[in-house]
Amino acid sequence: MNMKVDLCGVTLNNPVMTASGTFGSGAEYSEFVDLNKLGAVVTKGVANVPWPGNPTPRVAEVYGGMLNAVGLQNPGIDVFCERDIPFLKKYDTKIIVNVCGHSTEEYIAVVERLRDQPVDLLEINISCPNVKEGGIAFGQDPKAVEAITKEMKKYAAQPVIMKLSPNVTDITEMARAAEAGGADGLSLINTITGMKIDIHRRNFVLANRTGGMSGPAIHPVAVRMVYQTAQAVKLPIIGMGGIMNAEDAIEMILAGATAVSVGTANFANPKVTEQIVDGIRDYMEMYKVADIKELIGAVHDR
Amino acid sequence: MPEKFEEIVSIISQEKIAEGIYDMWLGTEEIAAHAKAGQFVSVYCNDGTKLLPRPISICEVNKEEKAIRLVYRVAGGGTAEFSQMKAGETLRVLGPLGNGFTLGEKSAFLIGGGIGIPPMLELAKELNCEKQIVVGYRNDELFLVDELKQYGEVIVATEDGSVGTKGNVLDAIRENGLKADVIYACGPTPMLRALKQYAAENDIECWISMEERMACGIGACLACVCKSKEKDHHTNVNNKRICKEGPVFRAEEVEL
Repeated sequence: MNMKVDLCGVTLNNPVMTASGTFGSGAEYSEFVDLNKLGAVVTKGVANVPWPGNPTPRVAEVYGGMLNAVGLQNPGIDVFCERDIPFLKKYDTKIIVNVCGHSTEEYIAVVERLRDQPVDLLEINISCPNVKEGGIAFGQDPKAVEAITKEMKKYAAQPVIMKLSPNVTDITEMARAAEAGGADGLSLINTITGMKIDIHRRNFVLANRTGGMSGPAIHPVAVRMVYQTAQAVKLPIIGMGGIMNAEDAIEMILAGATAVSVGTANFANPKVTEQIVDGIRDYMEMYKVADIKELIGAVHDR
Repeated sequence: MPEKFEEIVSIISQEKIAEGIYDMWLGTEEIAAHAKAGQFVSVYCNDGTKLLPRPISICEVNKEEKAIRLVYRVAGGGTAEFSQMKAGETLRVLGPLGNGFTLGEKSAFLIGGGIGIPPMLELAKELNCEKQIVVGYRNDELFLVDELKQYGEVIVATEDGSVGTKGNVLDAIRENGLKADVIYACGPTPMLRALKQYAAENDIECWISMEERMACGIGACLACVCKSKEKDHHTNVNNKRICKEGPVFRAEEVEL
């Protein structure tokens, strides 16, 4: 039985990865999960310099999900290269670095710094809803998506995956723009912008007022967008959005995802990523699926 | 690295001890053996629509019985769910989490405000020094006072003046002319802010236990940060993770 998948020319031992921002660089969760069992670890977004992030409260629970407005707090690329990459290199898993910036120049600085680093893939975050400049501003206009993708391709040594926002009228338009810009793959979806109000205090629960919604409540939206995008472009897709278990992950793969990222579920169950790998294997055994590639995009009408 | 355990624990007992305040003993495999004063546990809801664990401070540890005690306030749907559970039912718990208090031998104030009082009980048990335990409540719905009295002198303040000093914990300290060489405190931010200032003015050591909305509880998600004076070794910015570097900090290390 084969669980290996090819993602932009990189072979993953299995399609299960972590969603950026929920898993740090893996150190904390390595106390609960054997990182060797994961296809890849996708790191928290990293910028060219340290970012302090947003004021607290940064998270709020909502029905079937949560909102976050962490604001891409990160230690900056230098500390990341000195500490986090060597940590991850100890494991038999692929390293995908999520890259963030306020401007094209800042994204370029990170991507250039990573040129000679032992990382496998880059995931470019043009979809964070919680920072004022950069982030989503690049991800809601197809011309901007194409332009930033081209810039990334110009400077990157590793394959470039563009992470798309669901907060758009037509995500396939952004996907096509990234493809036109030369992207090697796509990640979707980032969080859906939301808001929570405390009716007793009559204030916003998050200091940032709005936050990105994640969790099982957004899963059907993510499956739909992955399916539509898979129909629209030829690029490999990393599917994410509310994956809580193997069933959710398999749905994403059937919709057209080559790999999946598990995010918010880690908070509800720190061992969930490893359990999802096991659950996919059980499913393949049950249905005698010899190669996981048979499942990618295999959904059909009833 | 301190060990953390994810366990299915059984509820040994649960009772309501004041309006909205519940007292629950949990039987654990490993958590009790590794827990100490000032640490907390993450308690997961059985209702799958509530994803995030609830961080709850450890009130007491009984290592012989492998049990931990949580005294918590019902603050929303998750804690409401816990409060309705009965002995014999089970909960999923992750812990012990956070750093806990650093124990010393100096004459100490143990100061708790509201739902910040419970961790003072285990601290009072573990501390081997002269102790004055100052506790602040809203009204005459007191809890844990008799148990705290086993370990030291207990001074009570109530906001409405129904018991002890009318006012807050600092009012009680001033009214009674109390003195100590170190403060250990847990409670609402305005109380911690006032104690930080009091400690600075009187040049005494001050440890405070902080609270913030959390998601992962183990230091990965960066939800529960507080502003720190020095650049933190992990974050490389002036933010410390309350769930990981904390929840207990030297007062001068953090901005309140």
